[in-house]
Amino acid sequence: MNIVVCVKQVPDTATERKLRSDDKTLDRDAVDGVINELDEYAVEEALRLKEAHGGEVTVLTMGPAKAADTIRKALAMGADKAVHLVDDALAGSDALSTSYALAQALGRVGFDVVVLGSESTDARTGVLAAMLAERLGVPQLSQARKVEVNGSAVTIERVTDYGYDRVEASLPAVVSVVEKINEPRYPSFKGIMAAKKKPVETLGAADLEADAGQLGLAGAWSEVVDFAVAPPRAAGTVVKDEGDGGAKAAEFLASKKFI
Amino acid sequence: MSVEDELLELVRDIAAKEVVPRAVSYEQEGRFPREVFTLLGEAGLLGLPYPEEHGGGGLPYSTYLRVVEELAKAWLAVGLGVSVHTLSCFPTFAYGDLSRLPEMIGGSLLGAYCLSEPQSGSDAAALTTRAAADSGGYVVDGVKAWTTHGGVADFYTLMARTPAGVSCFHVPAGLEGLSFGPAERKMGLRSSPTAQVRFDSVRLAHDALIGAEGQGMRIALAALDGGRLGIAACAVGVAQAAFDAAAGYARERKQFGSRIVDHQGLAFILADMATAIAAARALYRDAAALRDAGRPYGTRAAMAKLFATDTCMRVTTDAVQVLGGYGYVEDFPVERYMREAKVLQIVEGTNQIQRLVIGRAIAKADPM
Ligand SMILES: Cc1cc2nc3c(=O)[nH]c(=O)nc-3n(C[C@H](O)[C@H](O)[C@H](O)COP(=O)(O)OP(=O)(O)OC[C@H]3O[C@@H](n4cnc5c(N)ncnc54)[C@H](O)[C@@H]3O)c2cc1C
Repeated sequence: MNIVVCVKQVPDTATERKLRSDDKTLDRDAVDGVINELDEYAVEEALRLKEAHGGEVTVLTMGPAKAADTIRKALAMGADKAVHLVDDALAGSDALSTSYALAQALGRVGFDVVVLGSESTDARTGVLAAMLAERLGVPQLSQARKVEVNGSAVTIERVTDYGYDRVEASLPAVVSVVEKINEPRYPSFKGIMAAKKKPVETLGAADLEADAGQLGLAGAWSEVVDFAVAPPRAAGTVVKDEGDGGAKAAEFLASKKFI
Repeated sequence: MSVEDELLELVRDIAAKEVVPRAVSYEQEGRFPREVFTLLGEAGLLGLPYPEEHGGGGLPYSTYLRVVEELAKAWLAVGLGVSVHTLSCFPTFAYGDLSRLPEMIGGSLLGAYCLSEPQSGSDAAALTTRAAADSGGYVVDGVKAWTTHGGVADFYTLMARTPAGVSCFHVPAGLEGLSFGPAERKMGLRSSPTAQVRFDSVRLAHDALIGAEGQGMRIALAALDGGRLGIAACAVGVAQAAFDAAAGYARERKQFGSRIVDHQGLAFILADMATAIAAARALYRDAAALRDAGRPYGTRAAMAKLFATDTCMRVTTDAVQVLGGYGYVEDFPVERYMREAKVLQIVEGTNQIQRLVIGRAIAKADPM
């Protein structure tokens, strides 16, 4: 089975993240890049699919040169090879232009199943899986907490507010996963060493045979008009207990419609 | 990123997610975290300084020590455990049957090192455990004291007396006649089991012998040269953890209207701590560089062990001082670091013995 796992480098959530003042996009140079947490689960699931069904796992990343570190992490976990989409023309992509570029790359790479995390910790749009599936013309199976492949069919348990749905589709397909799905493995030292020797193909915008107007900031349909730093948290409300503390606390919660 | 950076990132990740969260409760219960060593083994971290062709990581000792430091910073029982395991494998690597090494360092096994006895600690050569010749090999009788991983290890690297002098043996766990005392109830480092290992007519095959008969003390001391660097790295890790906790606290705690770090008298304590840690780290790396270059490094290793562990004791004591009353209670980690620091001045040669080693080198005008 030809498994492609989409992986994104995101700013470390432990550090302060900033937008650039000129084009109001994320300042990726100012922060440490790490693998998007949910994508570790996607890589793990891709590796498990390979272990169960054979085939190959290809990592696909769109991002600046330093995203190579994130690719190597996925390779160290056990993926076989990688495709790195890197071009200044791709900077500033929104979800739509990202999905366009990735879909073009996927068309070139080929796949039976595309696995990705259901959202990234930076933009958090959570729409990429749907957009990719639409652009590729294949079924979308989202929010999976379990994935099974049987012949040419893929079945997932899709997490919902009330429990889960069983969703089945035929391959090829796009599957997005949630963190309930597995426990990602740690790379091993040997995996780190082996990753150095695994092939990483670098693609630029020109390799995508794409309509340049749909790529990067130029192709973005959404624009950040303005932004502000989140205000510091205001002081809390203190309820002093003079025998009626419980009632007052309940009143407060009711006023906020918590109870 | 270099391989070393990627390795350290992996180690920090494992330390943060798997080691730190266990440390406090396990130390309180004196529980040994075997599962953490299993994970480290799967990640390939239990044989880093040994050659790749024998299943190791093929890394310089200096890189291996950075891993030990990082683990000890998270939890001494783990950092020291990795160091003792690596020490226990050294005799087989340098003097023994290399075909045995891949399994020993492959990650699923954990080693222990049996030199000390109840009546011979610093004077290790006075050991009395005997390995008598027997038709099939040897019969061992005696008691080893203070064995780290005693009772939980998969193999024991044993120093015992033979007619030709002290000899070194590979003893797999589970042999008949091998038994263990209860774990010592220690001031700190409680999750690292320390116990007597008792040999009651334990039969060993000929091939259990590592090196030649009578070569045992030399092998034991060569292993300790490297082991002492592991202890130095552990000391720097614990000291760094104590410093980080103290500095973070000093930047937040206010007294007399300002942060305590802005009181010069307190900032000077922190400045001395940071300086001593940097010096200790530089010294162990310097000794490791000698070893990696194939040069004599035993004296420098003794200096690193001496300086790093004395530094660790002073830094952790000062960290308690920086936190005041909060430093003395278990709600903050620094009292644990102070209890852990003490043992590092004692193990693998007390710091008096390190001075003795350095002093002898001076007397002989050995290169330092
Ligand atoms: C937690 C822990 C784990 C250990 N793990 C291991 C292990 O895995 N394997 C192992 O073999 N051993 C281990 N040891 C034993 C350790 O190496 C010994 O405790 C140490 O070598 C000191 O020996 P001793 O305790 O018998 O003290 P002694 O040798 O009796 O020393 C008592 C005091 O006298 C001083 N002294 C002794 N001789 C001299 C001298 N010539 N000049 C000046 N001062 C001197 C010492 O410095 C010390 O202060 C461990 C010990 C501990 C506490």
